[in-house]
Amino acid sequence: MAFKIIAENCTGCGACQFECPNNAISSKGGLFSIIAGKCTECKGIYPTQQCAAACPIPKTCVKA
Amino acid sequence: MPQKIVALSSIGRFSGTLREPSGCSARGSCGSSASADDLPDAVWRKIQDHPCYSEDAHHYFARMHIAVAPACNIQCNYCNRKFDCANESRPGVVSEKLEPEEALRKVLAVAAEVPQLSVVGIAGPGDALAHAEKTFATFALIHEALPHLKLCLSTNGLMLPDHVERIAAMGIDHVTITINMVDPEIGARIYPWIFYQHRRWEGVEAARILHERQMAGLEALTAKGILVKVNSVLIPGINDEHLTAVNQAVRARGAFLHNVMPLISDPSHGTYYGLNGQRGPTPTELRRVQDQLGADAKLMRHCRQCRADAVGLLGEDRGAEFTRDKLGEPKPFDPGQREMYLAVVERERGDRQKAKEAAQVAHKIEEAPVLVAVATKGGGRINLHFGHANEFQIYEVGPDGARFVGHRRTDKYCVGGHGEADAMATAIAALDGIAAVFCAKIGDRPRQRLKEAGVEAVDAYAFDYIEASAITWFAGRSQSGTVAATA
Ligand code: SF4
Ligand code: SF4
Ligand code: SF4
Repeated sequence: MAFKIIAENCTGCGACQFECPNNAISSKGGLFSIIAGKCTECKGIYPTQQCAAACPIPKTCVKA
Repeated sequence: MPQKIVALSSIGRFSGTLREPSGCSARGSCGSSASADDLPDAVWRKIQDHPCYSEDAHHYFARMHIAVAPACNIQCNYCNRKFDCANESRPGVVSEKLEPEEALRKVLAVAAEVPQLSVVGIAGPGDALAHAEKTFATFALIHEALPHLKLCLSTNGLMLPDHVERIAAMGIDHVTITINMVDPEIGARIYPWIFYQHRRWEGVEAARILHERQMAGLEALTAKGILVKVNSVLIPGINDEHLTAVNQAVRARGAFLHNVMPLISDPSHGTYYGLNGQRGPTPTELRRVQDQLGADAKLMRHCRQCRADAVGLLGEDRGAEFTRDKLGEPKPFDPGQREMYLAVVERERGDRQKAKEAAQVAHKIEEAPVLVAVATKGGGRINLHFGHANEFQIYEVGPDGARFVGHRRTDKYCVGGHGEADAMATAIAALDGIAAVFCAKIGDRPRQRLKEAGVEAVDAYAFDYIEASAITWFAGRSQSGTVAATA
């Protein structure tokens, strides 16, 4: 149960990282990725996945 | 190094080089632009050295943008988020993203090299207030190191109401908001969605929230005495008729400038508008809207939609000289050098204005006004080779003298890989409707090509002040019968 980032779509804007309530998004060397173990799909915190709602590129933060 | 500074204002025959600074500080006597005349004094004092707000200052002072804000919280139909914010720069541009400490090093490096630097802005590459902490942290560092620099901020306005206190407390006294509509139905055709309060909003609902937040932010800022400029993107068929309503709404809430920028749209930019055939306005359409709003809007026609990491005088971008890998040890800032530059500018502004007034008195012009283009690299002078100009400043010369009305880009170097013939064709297309081009120098072949296109090339006023030269040239031209007398 986690989300993932489709790396080739990602612009590196960091909007997802800022919004994630679980600090589950890392950005090593400008590459953003979701740490599956930390991602809860925002369950119980927000009605929608924050990374997907904030990301400007469609189909980039998606269900893993 | 005083020599270097004096060299920045190339000296021509209208200037006195060894005079005391003329000491003019009142705008009435000193290089005011037409648009400045109807601004309140307090506002004018704040902006007179600000190259983005004062047409006069943009000849003398430089600005830089630092790209510390990559994320955005709304989607505009004219923006492809793979590139920089299209509200704040031209489409298809990617800036080097910086952390606050890197941004400070960059500002220090530029301040040491460019004594004209007077403004540092954060305008993206996303929205400066989407993750406001980084923006404020950067401003705090810069303010501490170089307190003489003016700070400015540009935003889409969505998060603005939450940050007005902070903006005021930090001494940021100029804010730009991009406002394209005051009617959510129209907004829904410009903004497909926003991200607000942890969810995505779409359609008219999204546009309504954005609109309400923009108006609340604008009101709160002006209530605190912070200068607010409003930018609007002119989108033909969507908000062209509506911009009058936008103008009234933002003026009623205290915006001191309303700047209309053209939509730049091309399928290759990959934006929603670009891909769906939405076109940008023609120069004539843009001018018409600007003129419609002109009387009370105090438009800013010299805006270049510069990149989020632009450095230099307007129309010039030295950003490539100051990329991260080129920043060495920070050089100490020398306030003496800047003082000296300010003295030169003060004298130059006075001299340029006097030359303009003298030319106006000497030459009574009665013919209908014409447009002329000027190749300049700043200082209010004709000091650039025709072939080196990436853009021309456009002046209208006529019975009321000479006044700046805008600029046109040729962008021949940006296109790249084209021969000289293409560069010339681009330049000629950009000079459509222009009677003459003023430049420091021009080759015989380009001169001939221009002549064939009906544009006179004038290099007789090399290094002179723009307005005085244009008036003198126009008077001579009408006397020699080039223009049919209208009287
Ligand atoms: S789904 Fe929620 S928890 Fe998972 S990475 Fe995205 S924002 Fe973080
Ligand atoms: S919000 Fe989207 S585009 Fe931006 S860094 Fe995250 S995944 Fe990449
Ligand atoms: S505000 Fe700027 S960065 Fe954000 S979508 Fe609009 S044009 Fe793009």
